[in-house]
Amino acid sequence: MLTRRGMIGGAAALAGAMALPGCAPRLDGRVLRFVPQADLASLDPIWTTASVTRTHGYMVYDTLFGIDAAFRPQPQMIEGFERDADGLRWTMRLRPGLRFHDGEPVRARDCVASLERWSHRDAMGQALFAAADAVTAQGDRDLVFRLKEPFPLLPDALGKLGVNVPFIMPERHARTSPFVQVSEMVGSGPYRFLDGERIVGARAAYARFDGYVPRAAGRAEWTSGPKHARFDRVEWTVIPDPATASIALRNREIDWLEVPSIDLLPLIAGDPALALPEIDPTGAVAILRPNHLWPPFDNPAIRRAVLRVVRQDGFMAAAGFAREARRSGVGVFPPDTPLATSAGLDLWQGEPDFDRARAEIRAAGYDGGPVVVMGTTDPPILRALAEVGADLLRRCGFNVDYQVMDWNAVIQRRARRVRPSEGGWNVFFTHWTGLDLLNPAGHMSLRGNGEKAWFGWPTAPRLEALRAQWMREADPAAQKRIAEQIQLQALEDVPYIPLGQFHMPTACSRSLSGLLHGLPLFWNVERAGNA
Amino acid sequence: MLGYALRRVAASVPVAFCVALFVFALLYLAPGDPAALMAGDAASPADIEKLRAALGLDRPFLTRFVEWLWRILHGDLGTSVFTGIPVATLIGQRVLATFSLMIVALLIASGIGVPMGALAAYRPGGAADRAVMVGGVLGFSVPVFVTGYLLSYIFAYRLGWFAVQGFVSPFADFGGFLRTILLPAASLAGAYAALIARITRATMLDVLAQDHVRTARAKGLGEARVVIVHGLSNAAAPILTVMGMGAAVLLGGAVVTETVFGIPGLGRLTVDAVLRRDYPVIQGVTLFLAFIFVAVNLGVDLLCAAIDPRVRQ
Repeated sequence: MLTRRGMIGGAAALAGAMALPGCAPRLDGRVLRFVPQADLASLDPIWTTASVTRTHGYMVYDTLFGIDAAFRPQPQMIEGFERDADGLRWTMRLRPGLRFHDGEPVRARDCVASLERWSHRDAMGQALFAAADAVTAQGDRDLVFRLKEPFPLLPDALGKLGVNVPFIMPERHARTSPFVQVSEMVGSGPYRFLDGERIVGARAAYARFDGYVPRAAGRAEWTSGPKHARFDRVEWTVIPDPATASIALRNREIDWLEVPSIDLLPLIAGDPALALPEIDPTGAVAILRPNHLWPPFDNPAIRRAVLRVVRQDGFMAAAGFAREARRSGVGVFPPDTPLATSAGLDLWQGEPDFDRARAEIRAAGYDGGPVVVMGTTDPPILRALAEVGADLLRRCGFNVDYQVMDWNAVIQRRARRVRPSEGGWNVFFTHWTGLDLLNPAGHMSLRGNGEKAWFGWPTAPRLEALRAQWMREADPAAQKRIAEQIQLQALEDVPYIPLGQFHMPTACSRSLSGLLHGLPLFWNVERAGNA
Repeated sequence: MLGYALRRVAASVPVAFCVALFVFALLYLAPGDPAALMAGDAASPADIEKLRAALGLDRPFLTRFVEWLWRILHGDLGTSVFTGIPVATLIGQRVLATFSLMIVALLIASGIGVPMGALAAYRPGGAADRAVMVGGVLGFSVPVFVTGYLLSYIFAYRLGWFAVQGFVSPFADFGGFLRTILLPAASLAGAYAALIARITRATMLDVLAQDHVRTARAKGLGEARVVIVHGLSNAAAPILTVMGMGAAVLLGGAVVTETVFGIPGLGRLTVDAVLRRDYPVIQGVTLFLAFIFVAVNLGVDLLCAAIDPRVRQ
């Protein structure tokens, strides 16, 4: 029988048990607990361009080439390759012993099917297959590219880091329509996806793939080199609230928080057990994207007038980045990457002349009509960019119609090509990871192929011609010269306006070592004390 | 009692149908194109059109509603536009977390609210009564997320007694379950406990002033028996009704609580689906929660009828 004394005793015992040190969950040494920047809503890295799915893709899948610290492609799944003297035939041989997570060997025909599917979703893939006569499997291990014209960037394309990455999946999955998601995760990467443990919007789990064969030699750098999985399991937990995520990290409930909130960085920095390493030196680049289909931004003179009064540091400061975390004077390619150049960027020297901008905009034919600027309530960085950008446009004399919505509404609305007055738009703001802007091939906001271009649909034939020229060029010095021309042309055509670069550190336990650069990669990482 | 129960169940059917119609119409009229979302950024208008036809989105409202209703009756709530996972599976993955949160919050709220309300009514104007009034004001006015952060900071971060985030199934690890559920449930229970305490107080004040209570005291019964047996049992019906209606309050609060405490529940699923315009998920979860609400109210009605025979007439 339940008595009052019994109840009081039980309650005291429960309270006592809860008060014991270590009662809150603590980390298991063989499990890496990670909080991604966003929910892993889609698992198919070919179907979506979401960064978080790319990170997931690198765990589950492998690539034919990887990228080293100098942004050069290095063989990854392949032993090596041969190229004919005329550059029209490439033969690549898969490493022996590669297996998918279901135990099936990785065959050349799996690679062919995977690359074909990728080519429907990726600009560089499209360029490669446009240059190809045939991509075929020769036996189980040899992959042959027969080209109509030389495509010297073939290894770069197959090792590209920007979305979409050409991951290799089994042929039966790669035959899925590129517009339909693959429903089963079977790759040949260092970790297996545990489908049964997935809770969409909350959790994903991976187990080390014991059948993975790392490269025998070399050094792990970015996505190249031997991939040694040191943890038995990796668990991703989605924690939507940044404050809760930070406390969970400080409370040792998680090991690694991909993107800590800017305002909470001092808190994390003050904890001696935590570190704030920067794993992506390419950072992120914010942009203002005008709609080239409708007035006033269908007029390049108006776009150029706005470009001249932009001061990147103001945008970055408003977004909350400390001086050491932001960079202005950013052109088309991220600073400190092979194609970065300062060509033409002297137009931002001195104070912005708004009187001149207003006069030029009027002279170019702006009639005072409303300019629909899509602002967003979240995330805070984009909200700040939009607010500063709307103010800048007002100072340029535009009649700004600032419409605030949530980010997903922006994503939907930016796809609408109708007039701004009919539910379309004139301007929106976003940011790209530097990895997506490394070169003209994958740089989506630089494209000038009209209706096929990314939202905003610029038509810039000279930019397109320079891009094609860059893709045919193998010599790095010549590539750099073309990149300079591309930047100068971009400052003329203004397909978009760069608003500065920012760097966000990742936050993790100091017990973790071996974090690689580029993006969160889960091989090579280990915890001090683990055998 | 059986006849009453059958009448109540029958009365719930048109309510459920109206809810279904409302949910479907709401999402049908909402802007946005699920086919465009499913096809992704790189799809051409022709691809999107093809997908729209394949999904049956180009058919008339009535046809789609009847088909949808037919599928609902067969337990098929549709498939998420973003993940390609059946909505029923998504709900199934999260229902335990949300229901655990609600039940534990209900236990905490009623465990605090009913005794405090009864105590306040027993000595109106006394210290307990004033404490209930102050607690009630605080419970109603402090937002759930503030309570959540405060509890999390003190009991999880400073003292380390509980987990800051997450959810552990009670069937997998009961200790882990308590460590993850007690803080969010306590923060969710605040306003609810205040509501129950106020209602209990008001109802008990009325009941304790009635003749049968005076008669019980005159017969020499102990005060505990008078208050609990003669007072609380007669005040139970309105308290239970309020508790049933409060289920909606708990569901609303669960959205915030699940976000603050990182609990993978139905509240977060709904918010994520709304932000992504994942219409089948919004439809499925709304319908599911509406049915739960109807079922809870039906259960409360039947319970009230079982406790108080006057209700059955």
